[in-house]
Amino acid sequence: MREIVVVSGKGGTGKTSVSASLAVLAAPVVVVDCDVDAADTHMLLTPSPGRENAFLSGHMAVIDPGACTACGKCLELCRFDAVSGDTSGIYQIDPVGCEGCGVCARFCPSGAILMEERNCGVWMVSSARTGPLVHARLAPAAENSGRLVSLVRTEARRIASEKGLETVICDGPPGIGCPVIASVTGASMILAVTEPSLSALHDLERVLSLAAHFSVPSAVCINKHDINPDITERIESAMKERGVPVAGRIGYDPGFTRSLLTGMTVVETDSPTAAEIVRLWEELLSIGDSGDG
Amino acid sequence: MNGGGSFTVAVASGKGGTGKTTVAVNLARSMGTRVTLLDCDVEEPNCTLFLYGGIITTREVGIPVPEVDESLCDACGECSRFCAYKAIVSVGSAPLVFPGMCHGCGGCALVCPRGAISEKESRIGTVERSECGSVTLVTGRLDVGMAMAPPLVRAVKECSRAGEPCIIDCPPGTSCPMIAAIRGADMVLLVTEPTPFGLHDLGLAVNAVAEVGIPAGIVVNRTGPEGLDVGAFAKERGIPVLLEIPDDRRAAEAYSRGELLVDAIPGWKSLFELLRERTVAMAGGRMTREFRQGRDRRPE
Ligand code: SF4
Ligand code: SF4
Repeated sequence: MREIVVVSGKGGTGKTSVSASLAVLAAPVVVVDCDVDAADTHMLLTPSPGRENAFLSGHMAVIDPGACTACGKCLELCRFDAVSGDTSGIYQIDPVGCEGCGVCARFCPSGAILMEERNCGVWMVSSARTGPLVHARLAPAAENSGRLVSLVRTEARRIASEKGLETVICDGPPGIGCPVIASVTGASMILAVTEPSLSALHDLERVLSLAAHFSVPSAVCINKHDINPDITERIESAMKERGVPVAGRIGYDPGFTRSLLTGMTVVETDSPTAAEIVRLWEELLSIGDSGDG
Repeated sequence: MNGGGSFTVAVASGKGGTGKTTVAVNLARSMGTRVTLLDCDVEEPNCTLFLYGGIITTREVGIPVPEVDESLCDACGECSRFCAYKAIVSVGSAPLVFPGMCHGCGGCALVCPRGAISEKESRIGTVERSECGSVTLVTGRLDVGMAMAPPLVRAVKECSRAGEPCIIDCPPGTSCPMIAAIRGADMVLLVTEPTPFGLHDLGLAVNAVAEVGIPAGIVVNRTGPEGLDVGAFAKERGIPVLLEIPDDRRAAEAYSRGELLVDAIPGWKSLFELLRERTVAMAGGRMTREFRQGRDRRPE
């Protein structure tokens, strides 16, 4: 099984449009939307939605006001600024600040604090024209996006082997933190979508270092390469130095946004960049074949 | 009129790449007073690409992770049963610590009946401070390979200065790092673009901000004849649109080169001054009561 994770470091480079396009080219595939904070793949692949499964993860402290004696122990112990309390004796836990460590509950001398299971969102397996789409919706301001990513990824791989599908395409989150790490560890390949700006180059370098840190092979695609040829050139030479192949170059194309309005991917339209994405996919396949092991 | 007074405005967005950093740096430059800009997008900090001054100080930031003294440990496993994140694991022997998963809650050290656990700082990143004209820029930079952004976000936020307005460039998304960045702010500016993705993710961000209970205003970036109607959404949710930034190739080019729009495009200075005025007014409206409550709640 081949698992390609599309990331970007910086958001807004066209990661989701590219990954959904690749899914169309590779179909039938399992697609998994690991950008659980802002899951958008379903807007392009317009699946018939599957059943929602609750994502319960971690805990949250709740103070029973009847049992609380306002001793202030929880306020003293909490390292996440989640406890508020004052001399009037009303102690409260801010659910948004609580990380669920359980220290307050364990050491409350009156046993007034309970750890409640936290509902962090939902996940579902929907059926799209490209095959199964595993996606999720994190509850507003919820924690544990990394765990949700691991969950949807595991589910995607399970479905792929069950249905005998060779490829999993994963739309990854921006950044380099916990959800990104959860998305890339153990994947077959990372495709980093970037654009010619100093910020995007800076972020690209960081996400490629992360890929190297976890020993995942990577390739790069430069979107909107014609917007700033100078910086495109800088990206190309930086990649040469790193030994990371530039697998594709996509020209600036307002069709990226326009195709969204119709719920289609760029490669399904007569957009001039469609051919460039086809070439990107072919290149990725050949990199994958030659780089096995 | 200037942007005087002390208030905190967080610049956030559900979707990345909508122009959050652009708004943060150009607003900072347009404040007309001394201002602190906190780059809390610690996974991909970019403000320094637009506002450069020499780095004055760099400080390492860590979280306290447990260290086990094996000569005291009798392998009772209490620490490993307690840890909510499986960051300390004991299977019939002295426990192993996985610093990458530890939240630094301190619980294991407290529960160990033999006092075998002490805490040591484990580095997660750095906080840099630089002075760029009237802007003090504080940048958090997460080390590559580290998962825990929120503690570093909190460390950056400790660098805000009393009596001076503070602008926060938040991480994208709606989960813990973004929440850690907006907590305690007087208002949030949500930057979006008039596309289906932009509007969809704006909806998610609005819900997250509502959960934290902070008033929000919207900035629509790259507006043009083909754009969707963000105003209708804003009206439905009762959130004011504070500024529309037109789609302009000059803006994309200036951005790609790391230039401030207020410097690069004639006439855009007044655009951001307008945003400053509206932001100051909105943040000020709240300063009296809830602002103080927010501040008083913080220990120390
Ligand atoms: S400090 Fe908290 S999170 Fe870290 S290992 Fe100990 S119990 Fe677990
Ligand atoms: S609680 Fe203390 S004594 Fe027990 S296993 Fe952990 S470190 Fe060892």
